[in-house]
Amino acid sequence: MRYHEKRFNVRRLVLLGTFTAIALILSYIEFLLPPIWSAVPGIKLGLANVMVIYVLYSLSLKDAAMVSLVRVFLSAILFGTALTLAYSLAGAVLSLAAMAILKKLGLFSEVGVSIAGAVLHNLGQILVAVIVLRTAEIGYYMIILTLTGILSGVFVGLVGSLLTKYIKFDWSKQK
Amino acid sequence: MNEEKLCAEVENNSPHSVKKRIRNDIILVLAIILFASIALLVMLALRSEGGAAVVTVNGKPYASLPLDKDAELIIQGEDGGYNILVIKDGEAYIREADCPDKICVKHRRISYSGETIVCLPNGVSVKIEGSGGGVDAVS
Repeated sequence: MRYHEKRFNVRRLVLLGTFTAIALILSYIEFLLPPIWSAVPGIKLGLANVMVIYVLYSLSLKDAAMVSLVRVFLSAILFGTALTLAYSLAGAVLSLAAMAILKKLGLFSEVGVSIAGAVLHNLGQILVAVIVLRTAEIGYYMIILTLTGILSGVFVGLVGSLLTKYIKFDWSKQK
Repeated sequence: MNEEKLCAEVENNSPHSVKKRIRNDIILVLAIILFASIALLVMLALRSEGGAAVVTVNGKPYASLPLDKDAELIIQGEDGGYNILVIKDGEAYIREADCPDKICVKHRRISYSGETIVCLPNGVSVKIEGSGGGVDAVS
């Protein structure tokens, strides 16, 4: 594909910049929404993952990783702290790895891939929390987050697969 | 058919049909739930009996009582408040307190590492810590 021929492809640069911006806006919207269940912080829809799924399926893993990681850094700078960066980075890396592997297997649909991404995202954050807080007690917390992660993964996966299906660009077109 | 279109189709068409992939998704969800339940059971099985009840008042260390000896301690809390901590049969609980809500008194008995009883009005917290060969000994 011509899309990947050049390392510095302006089209790719513009598209990825746009997708990262959309992902960032989605995280901001989620940041503004009231917490779903205030007793258990960390339950989120993970709307930004819609963009990651879309890029993963429409472009490539490399592009999806780019969008996801830049989004994590930017949202930590804009709405978070160094600690939130550690939490979301661990979540993002684990979730990307899981989604890449499951997609490569070809056994699952976008929804399945997204569920794995959501659950692994929560797992990454819990692992950081265990290290930071030095208590294994929050392990119980993981059970709740796993179940809610499945629900948000289904939602994000459905939206992501619809986007992939209906929004198609001719990625290689260059003028 | 040109090369680009072919690439796109090959990427989108997994060797497995949509129906099969959705079935696999459901299997994946069930596997995740199963794994989480096993993890929960393992955590419940591995939780360690605590070694001592550590009392703090307003975050400052106040006393530490070993759980294997029955004892009673009157904790002088904030503003002259008091809580009576009882250690019996390896479990710790608050028998009596002058706080208005009595949440600490109603709290179930604690004995596992990490469990805590807190009395917010008096600033008193009782936490179970340490054990022979538990998590604390490793980390």
